[in-house]
Formats: sequence, C-alpha cells, structure tokens
Amino acid sequence: MSMDATMSPTAAEAANATEAGARALTADGDPIKMRGDKVCVFYGDKQALFDIDLDIRERQVTALIGPSGCGKSTFLRCLNRMNDTIDICRVAGDITLDGMDIYDPSIDVVELRARVGMVFQKPNPFPKSIYENVAYGPRIHGLSRSKAELDDIVASSLQKAGLYEEVKDRLDAPGTGLSGGQQQRLCIARAIAVSPEVILMDEPCSALDPIATAKVEELIDELRENYTIVIVTHSMQQAARVSQRTAFFHLGILVEEGPTQDMFTNPRDRRTQDYITGRFG
Amino acid sequence: MFWTYLLILAALAVTAYFIGRSRSGKVVDGDYSKLHSRPSFHGGFLAIVTVLPALAVLVVWSIAAPRFIDSAVVSQSVSAVADLGKPELEAFLRDARAIAFGGIVGFTDDAKEQAAELFRTYSSYSTTGMNIVLALLVALGFVYGFRKIAPRMRARHVVERTTMVFLAACSAVAIVTTIGIVLSLIFESLMFFRQVPVFDFIFGTHWSPQSAFEGAGVEASDVNSEIFGAIPLLVGTMLITAIAILVAAPVGLLSAIYLSDYASQPVRAVAKPVLEILAGIPTVVYGFFAALTVAPAFRGFGEGLGMSVSSESALAAGVVMGIMIIPFVSSLSDDVINSVPQSLRDGSAGLGATKSETIRKVVLPAALPGIVSALILAISRAIGETMIVVMAAGLAANLTVNPLEAVTTVTVQIVTLLIGDQEFDSAKTLAAFALGLLLFCITLLLNIIALRVVQKYREQYD
Repeated sequence: MSMDATMSPTAAEAANATEAGARALTADGDPIKMRGDKVCVFYGDKQALFDIDLDIRERQVTALIGPSGCGKSTFLRCLNRMNDTIDICRVAGDITLDGMDIYDPSIDVVELRARVGMVFQKPNPFPKSIYENVAYGPRIHGLSRSKAELDDIVASSLQKAGLYEEVKDRLDAPGTGLSGGQQQRLCIARAIAVSPEVILMDEPCSALDPIATAKVEELIDELRENYTIVIVTHSMQQAARVSQRTAFFHLGILVEEGPTQDMFTNPRDRRTQDYITGRFG
Repeated sequence: MFWTYLLILAALAVTAYFIGRSRSGKVVDGDYSKLHSRPSFHGGFLAIVTVLPALAVLVVWSIAAPRFIDSAVVSQSVSAVADLGKPELEAFLRDARAIAFGGIVGFTDDAKEQAAELFRTYSSYSTTGMNIVLALLVALGFVYGFRKIAPRMRARHVVERTTMVFLAACSAVAIVTTIGIVLSLIFESLMFFRQVPVFDFIFGTHWSPQSAFEGAGVEASDVNSEIFGAIPLLVGTMLITAIAILVAAPVGLLSAIYLSDYASQPVRAVAKPVLEILAGIPTVVYGFFAALTVAPAFRGFGEGLGMSVSSESALAAGVVMGIMIIPFVSSLSDDVINSVPQSLRDGSAGLGATKSETIRKVVLPAALPGIVSALILAISRAIGETMIVVMAAGLAANLTVNPLEAVTTVTVQIVTLLIGDQEFDSAKTLAAFALGLLLFCITLLLNIIALRVVQKYREQYD
C-alpha cells in the first residue's frame, strides 16, 4: 500500500532526491532511510542534544537507549518534527529523510508526519470507535475514495497490528474501552493506516504488562519487513530482543552506535558498558 | 453582649488549648512518642470539651431568652395589654424595652413603666442564670477534659470528629437555605394557584396583571384568571435567550479555541483576564448600553432598510445579553478544551493532521460534554437576567416571535409585580412567586440536563 509517486508531490520529490544522489548507503552497505548530521537541540538556553550524527537504516529496528533525560526521546521527536509544538525548542544541524532535509522551509510538516508516523509512550486512542481511530489518518489525508476502500485500509491496518482478530466484531466500540496493550496496538494500527515509511516509537511498552509487551515486541519484529522503525526504550532486554541497531545516548551525547549484538556483548565505550551492566541509569 | 461572651469563650478556648497541650506532655514525662495523639490534638480536645457545650447553651439561650422574657412580661401585665391587638402589643413591648434598656420611646405611661421594670428584673435574672450555667459548664468541661488527658486517650478522634461535624454544619447552611427558598416559593405559589388555576397560568396567552380594574382583586371571586397567562412571558424569555445564545455560543466558543490552542502565552495572559472582566461589568451598565446605544442603532438601521423596528426590541436586549454571557462560554470552554490531554493532540499531529483538523476532529469532540454544560450554564444565566431586558426590551407582554418588537420576560414581570404599593396577598403580588417558581423549574431542568450530559461523557478519555 505504498504511496503512488505520481499522486503525491512529496513522494515524487523524494524519488527525485533519491535518484539524484543515488541511494545513500552506510559504509557496510545498508541503505540509509534517515540521517542526523550534527543535530543540536536547545530548550530555551539549555542545550539538550550535542552534535548527534546518527544513521537510521531502512527496514531495520534502531533502538535508542540511555538513562532518563539523556535526550533519546528528544532526538526521536526531531525525526518527525514533533518538537515543533514546543515553543521554546530549537533544532540545529541537518536531519534528512531519503536525502531530503526535513527542516527545510519548503517541507510541509503535515506530509512529513504522514511519512514518519509516531507511537507514543502512553496509549492515546482518540475517544472514538476503534474503526474511527484507524480511519482517522486515511480520512485526513484523503487516502481512500470509497467507503469500501476505507474499510479495507482499516481491516488491513488492524491485521498488521495483530489486533484484527480481537476486535473485528466490535469495530464500533470505543477505542478507549480496550485494554492497555490492545490500545497500544490500536495506536500502532492507526499509525500504519497512513502508510508511513518510518515509524517512531517512544517507549511503546512502558505502560504495558509483560504479556502485552511481548505481543507488541512480536509486532515490531513483523513490521520490520515493511517499515523502518526507531524505538526509544528503557529496557535493555527489549532493545536486545527487537532491534538490529542500538544507539546509546548519555547526557545529550551519542556515546556509541552499532549492531545490537555487538553493543550488548562487546561495548566499545566504558559508559555503555556501565549502563548495560546496570551500574547506573 | 453576645459578642462579649463569644470573645471570652474564644479566650478560654485558646487557654484550654495550651493547657491541654502542656498537660499531655506532662502525663508522659516529655516522651511524646508514648502519646496516642499529638499534643496539639490534646490541646484541641481540652478546648472543645471546655468551650463547646457552653457555646451551644449561649446560642440557644440568646435566642430563646427574649421570647421567654416577653411572654413573662405579658403574662404579668395582663390588665394593661389584655385588649391590645398584635401590632399594638408589639409596640407596647418595644416601648417598654426601650424604657428599660435605653432607646427611643414613643410615649410612656404607668403600664409601660411597670412593664419596663419587669423587663429589667427578668433580664437580669436571665443574665445571672446564664452566667452561672456557662461558668459551670466551662468549669466542669475543663475538669473533665483535664482529667481525661492520658497517654492512650484518643484525642485526635474527638478533634477530627468535631471538625467533621462543623464542616457538615456549614454545608447544611447552604442546603437548608435552598430548601427554605424553594418551600416559600411553593407555598406562596399555592396561594396564587388557589385564585388562578394552574392551567390558566401556564397556558394562558394574555398577561396584564397591572390592569387591576379588570379583576386582579383581593377576593378570589374578583380575580380574573384570564389576565395571568404566562405564555407571552415564556415566549419572550425564550426569544431573548435564543438570540443571546446565537451571539454568545459562536463568539465564545471560537474565542475559547483561539485562546487555548492558537494564542501565544503573552496573548493568552492578557486576553483571558480581559475577557473575564466582561463578566464583572454590572448588568445595569449593559442595560444602558443596550437601551441607549444598541437599540437606537438597530432602529436606525432597520428604518434605513424600510423596516419598522420598535425602539425597545428583543433583538437589542438579546444581542447585549449575548455579549454579557460570552465570558461564561469562552472561559468555561477554554478550561474544558485545555483539559483535553495533550497526548490526544500529539497523537493526531503525529498522524499528520493539521492543527485545525486536530481541533475539529479530536479536541472538540472530546471536549463536547464540557462545552455543552458551559452553554447550558450560560443559558441559565441568560434566562435569569433582568436588568438588560427591563432597559432594552420593554415591559409590554406581546406574544410574538418577531425579534424586532418589544417583548418582556419572566424576570422583568416579577420585578414590576413587586414594585409599588400592593397588598401582599393579592393575586397580582402572588403571581410573582408563581413566576419565580416557574423560572426556578426551568433553570433547574437545564442544570439537571447539563449534569447528565457531563456525567454521561465524562470518562471518555483517560
């Protein structure tokens, strides 16, 4: 259900950008979906992030870990410009999506967020029915021409989020009536419904019990086939379970980034080792 | 007199508090951890048992004693007052009291002098008696409490219980007052309905109780129930309220949306208080504004278009009333919209919705119950409003839905019915109570609806 390049100007631009610069690849040959280059973030006078250089690889799960207040959520929110809603927040440096600068004045933040979706820490379904929750995004972006098409999008999104079987008989029930884990999967379905290319997840399991967490983690693993995923997590085990790449933030600095396997078995930096072995954080 | 006693009791309470506190320390030899209750609770306990019974007696005595004295004086001076009517008897007692305790005396005679002497004697008995009783109660209470203080004594429970009773008594005041008002409305209305049938009142279409010669007489048989039809008033009230809401709902709601989601912090910091000042303007000022500026302007405008607009029109009153209730709508809606969790806005923005889409499709539906109740509160306010209508819409009870004509409302008629020299049991005066009851029922109904709406949708997000 990818966007038709001829229909969406942004998609067309993106395609052009990609063609022009060929596909940007990392040193070891993975395609790069998003790239942060010397990203600094300021809240008023206080600097929260210092010169972050980070590549997000396409169709991989990148986990951002680090102690509270280290700036990992701030970085995540920069990736779809959710920080724009905070008046005192200022972002410097470049962040690109398929080679296109997302902070460029010509970029429409609404279209950017349609391509880079977000799932939040606390499940936040709208006070509407399950169906309306999922149909919300496709409706505002005009992704369907008929009711039947919209029904298809809703059903397939719920299926991809692994929620369809549980709710197919009560799509008209309020989304807020679901359990916490179901609500979070509903929010994921809602994000998937607008066919994003990247999904950002800000501690998506921190409000869930272990069983619901396991389901969401399983889902993340499946979604990797079609989407690029960036996940912020406090749980080292979760990072180890679901991600291919891990980035460790500390005090606003990106300390270390690498394959998850290596990070947990053989960290290069002393601070990373201290953190993942539980000496602080 | 009463206040002196109160001051003395307060001083005693403070003293007892400190004595109780230090006593509690002594019974455990300074080892406070052995006390069940903190020392301050022991102090509070001693203060309560010392002063509270005396206080209760003081209040009851102060209310009851004058009546007892009055009746005692009357029974002693039977010969002088035997053939006096009620007002004359009261005048007699008033004069006698004035002679006894100082004050302005109408005229004196022997009987009054005697009665004054009786007043003096009895009230000195009463004062002495009360002093003895109060002193006894204070002393007994203090001794009882002082001896009761012990390490395991549950002073905290007594203090907390007393506090609870006091708080309950305070809320009872509001409830009892409300019940009293409602009951008096109902009883006076019943007297009215004895003269004018309920049906004629609620469904009658002609309202002119001022025309007393048509039969708003004192005797039930004289009353012409034809002239007490409340329909024109209700229609006038509804018409003006509807116009007011048509003005206030869009303006108030849209400004609330601007203030809560679009305005920058400095703008909001200035605009919100300014908007709330609008609520602080006395309604009589709005009345001037309506009668002297808005109504003539509408008339001039209407004449320009070739329409005849009455110089007192429902439109002028309604529009100005709408302006008056804008702050109710905007301020309450603003609070409600602000209380919609930020996470819902983020969720919508994260899906690529624009700000206005987020507001229209997520924030407003979530805030709807609160907005509805804000509107209903504003409507109740508009229905109860009097001054603007008196000044701008006139007094003529026309049965019309044309906003360009003069109409009148329930509240305005209540005012006009009670102004002037009327006997308090004529149908005309009693009609005011019936109208009050009607108004009360309408606003009560609206409030109940508002409460229901809020309760039904309250836990939609959480």
